[in-house]
Amino acid sequence: MPLITSSKTQPSYDVIVVGSGAAGGQTAYTCVMEGAKVLMLEAGRNYDPVTETPMFQNNSQAPLRGSSTVDKPFGFHDSTIDGGWQVPGEPYTSASKDPAREFWWWRARMLGGRTNHWGRISLRNGQYDFKPRSRDGLGLDWPLDYADVAPYYDKVEMLIGVYGDNNNLENTPDSPEGCLQPPPAMRAGEQLARARARKLGLPVIPIHRAVLSRKQDHEVLPKKIHPNNPRAQRLLADAMKARQACFWATPCGRGCSIKANYQSTTVHLPPALASGNLDLVTNAMTREVTMDAAGKATGVVYIDKTTGEEHTVKAKVVVLAASSAESVRIMLNSKSARYPNGIANSSGLVGKYIMDTVGASLGGQIPALENLPLHNEDGAGGAHVYVPWWLYKEQQAGKLGFARGYHIEFGSGRQMPNMGVAAGLDSYTNGSYGRKFKEDARRYYGTFMGFAGRGEMIPNDDSFCDLDPVVKDKWGIPVLRFHWKWSEHETRQAAHMQKTFAEVIEAMGGKVRAQPQTDGAKAIEPGGKIIHEVGGTIMGADTKKSVTNQWCQTWDVKNLFVTDGGPFCSNADKNPTLTIMALAWRASDYLLQELKKGNL
Amino acid sequence: MTPTTHVSPRPMDRRDAIKWMLTAAASVSVLEASASAQGVASSPVLNSKGYGTDPDLVKLYKPGDVWPLTMTPAQTQTAAALCDVIIPADAKGPSASAVQVPAFIDEWISAPYPGHDNDRKIMLDGLTWIDAESQKRFGADFVNLVTRQKNAICDDICYAPNAKPEFRPAAQFFRRFRDLTSGGYYTTPEGMKDIGYVGNVAIETFEGPPREVLEKLGLV
Repeated sequence: MPLITSSKTQPSYDVIVVGSGAAGGQTAYTCVMEGAKVLMLEAGRNYDPVTETPMFQNNSQAPLRGSSTVDKPFGFHDSTIDGGWQVPGEPYTSASKDPAREFWWWRARMLGGRTNHWGRISLRNGQYDFKPRSRDGLGLDWPLDYADVAPYYDKVEMLIGVYGDNNNLENTPDSPEGCLQPPPAMRAGEQLARARARKLGLPVIPIHRAVLSRKQDHEVLPKKIHPNNPRAQRLLADAMKARQACFWATPCGRGCSIKANYQSTTVHLPPALASGNLDLVTNAMTREVTMDAAGKATGVVYIDKTTGEEHTVKAKVVVLAASSAESVRIMLNSKSARYPNGIANSSGLVGKYIMDTVGASLGGQIPALENLPLHNEDGAGGAHVYVPWWLYKEQQAGKLGFARGYHIEFGSGRQMPNMGVAAGLDSYTNGSYGRKFKEDARRYYGTFMGFAGRGEMIPNDDSFCDLDPVVKDKWGIPVLRFHWKWSEHETRQAAHMQKTFAEVIEAMGGKVRAQPQTDGAKAIEPGGKIIHEVGGTIMGADTKKSVTNQWCQTWDVKNLFVTDGGPFCSNADKNPTLTIMALAWRASDYLLQELKKGNL
Repeated sequence: MTPTTHVSPRPMDRRDAIKWMLTAAASVSVLEASASAQGVASSPVLNSKGYGTDPDLVKLYKPGDVWPLTMTPAQTQTAAALCDVIIPADAKGPSASAVQVPAFIDEWISAPYPGHDNDRKIMLDGLTWIDAESQKRFGADFVNLVTRQKNAICDDICYAPNAKPEFRPAAQFFRRFRDLTSGGYYTTPEGMKDIGYVGNVAIETFEGPPREVLEKLGLV
């Protein structure tokens, strides 16, 4: 079973999975490895990283030196197809014209979705992160604990390959022996930051990223991941053999033709397709979940974008994994006499409590890094280190003025030059040109560091999405309308980030490139801009206060699951993708058990 | 994810691009005023299309492949002369014009994307201004000046904060022109070598910085 066209679908499947990214990839993988027959629907086109990834292309080989345009907002070589902050023909709207209350929604329309270009940062939520309300009285607790998710974090790390190490720090979980790959050596600027930030009490430690720093052990890992399932072990071993270790060149955002980093298209889908249990239809834009008279889901209706025709496909179980907001949209558009406000929405909470990550950034110029001997700092195509949140005690003592923490990501080094490499140098050189300018360019190259905070947002009543009453997309499907508001917990956190970054830059002997912003409302990035949107179908223990149970199964419709970021009850500073995969795997195990028992 | 950590002196992310466009829009009106006072025609409207949301990413492109270049031979000549004042050949690398930076500037100002139309006005008006200034001071177009004469003009406009009021619009142009020239140059293989970038090669293991680097940083 393979990539097929709409006319080749089977009369019925065990499971339909809507979406092919981190959530859809993991859900389909888990199900087909256990023998379930799965149909996956992807709204974008087929995409093959092996043949389509620009490995080694330099910026002079791209239009406009690869710089960003409205067609390619993260630059020409970024692995995003038919996507960005706007998707042609598929708008979304904002309830407010106030820029501070707008939400930016990044989508990709391609097989594998946003996993093709993502930052690969793979941090585990800690035990505090699942019980935030119990700790500080704000937001929502999850109906599960770290211990419930930990075994799935283990499995996901072993499956996708994550480099990093264990540091025994508060609420920053260690991984069991054998889960992580060795972290790459730190770059010069990263080592300097570690030495200087230590004096401020900030721990600079290896970050966890889904990149293979060495080849996976295909003899050991498949047995650990799929005990008692020799067929799955064999399929996974073959897939692992086809992946190469990182060769320390080409930014990960372009994707990876040698499969050295995690993208659904190189890690989840190849073994899933090889199982023979997965059918995949691309250019399939899901419009709604269909239901029978008893209120059970029967399948979905999708538009085949290549023909514009509508198709109905059927399954025993429907899993929405279309990205948190897109899954909300599908549910709100699935209206019937039984569910006039959308499927599985008796709580009225579908679309509520959407969250993004708090983001703010500041750059600095570090004289110590000037005129360093030439050396290759490409590394793993992304950061090698970060600073986990370190002020738990101060926060609990009420000294910070905001409730939740952030981690710090930073970029440094002699990276492949782009249009910005020497732009704006005049403010350092009094406007040099000629041979002096060339000397200045060499001197300042690699001396600029950028610091970015990634912090937790607390869900609130003013941040949600619903259907726009008027606007429809080119397929005639009603679109989402976003409502957004940061609270002071987020804006104060953003101001704290600015202060901290300035301190680190100064501790490194550097100078900030702009005055740190003391007004958090000005420092904070717009909602959605960090592309960590979660929530909208939150899980819970109370059927009236949540959309799904802890298994991502909707309370109202037993055979409908949501395995993307939608069920998140909080959005810890940890980047959400790893947790999405762990929870999707856990939900899929439960789904398969229930299916076997005849409960769905 | 969003690219978090720009390591350039002036990262051009979307937000910066918007800010820059606003600044440029403000500055262009000043430059335009001086240019139109000298009877310069405004730039033509472009009708070409961009590369769309699903371009072939593996293909190798050069200026003119996706949308037509639009500078006149005279404009290209002036641009090349100014490029080479900013980035001349030296022991570590060729001049900007030797690696076709003028064609890149043409590609940039001919691009059908927001922001590029503003650059177009700034560049074309600026090139016209610099020839007019060359004529006024030395009785010849910029390309025909000797180095000392070219430098005399560039010294007046190379740093906006120090420029005399009458040169401020031209200094804005020079600043933008230098940014485009350096971006165009340092992204080429020759320019990457010149600035000291030695990556983009497959290697077996990543060892981190060599000892001499750590010694210089006091980290050994």
